[in-house]
Amino acid sequence: MWIYEKKLQYPVRVSKCDPMMARFLIEQYGGADGELSAALRYLNQRYTIPDQVIGLLTDIGTEEFAHLEMIATMVYKLTKDATVEQLKAAGLGAHYANHDRALFYNNAAGVPWTASYIQAKGDPIADLYEDIAAEEKARATYQWLIDMTDDVDLQDSLKFLREREVVHSQRFREAVDILIQDRNTKKFF
Amino acid sequence: MEEQYYAMLHELQAVDFVLVELNLYLDTHPWDTMALQQFNEMAQKRQFLAAQFEQCYGPLLNFGHSASPHGWRWAMPPWPWQV
Ligand SMILES: [Fe+2]
Repeated sequence: MWIYEKKLQYPVRVSKCDPMMARFLIEQYGGADGELSAALRYLNQRYTIPDQVIGLLTDIGTEEFAHLEMIATMVYKLTKDATVEQLKAAGLGAHYANHDRALFYNNAAGVPWTASYIQAKGDPIADLYEDIAAEEKARATYQWLIDMTDDVDLQDSLKFLREREVVHSQRFREAVDILIQDRNTKKFF
Repeated sequence: MEEQYYAMLHELQAVDFVLVELNLYLDTHPWDTMALQQFNEMAQKRQFLAAQFEQCYGPLLNFGHSASPHGWRWAMPPWPWQV
């Protein structure tokens, strides 16, 4: 089961109301390589992955939910004081018509989240390579997002998230090595 | 929120960052005794800091993983996105 902790993994501060940036950040909320996809991908794959890797998928999957909460906090803080006129000017008129200022799981282009963003092949190497690719794509997305804002407070939180993707990718690569090593020893002894 | 809230929260977040890092590292390096020792030391420090924070600002965890000695503060603001 899961227990909720009433704190963010890392502080999220924003220095201005910026609904346009919120609209771009939603990519990491409900986009293909976003935090929701990441959490659901790993926590679903773990049931059929070899024992040596279940702990890692459980822990990284759980951490992704903490990242999802950080993105939600950014979007909330960037839009909570925006007027309807400001939302419309930021390209969030269609979002406002459907959701007011509520968050929703869609990408930066407004396309709703879909389970086809994630894979589960049941082959441990295929699944882990998918996970490594997902982390690298998320890292790249964070870089584009950092490039799109001049808000240094927001950049600080985004840089933290970018670095987490680097660490996750590294751990998944080690998981691949562990499984390949294991397969080789089984073959020869 | 007052200055102390952010200071105590920050201290806890810093220790938790070390713990997440060590946790994921140990997932793929379970025989690293140095890392394991660091993890156990930090886990103890974490417990101390969390208890201190909860004393001032209420429970951090739901479902009884934190006690609630001063009234039902769990469901009261501030929530993480509000600070
Ligand atoms: Fe990640």
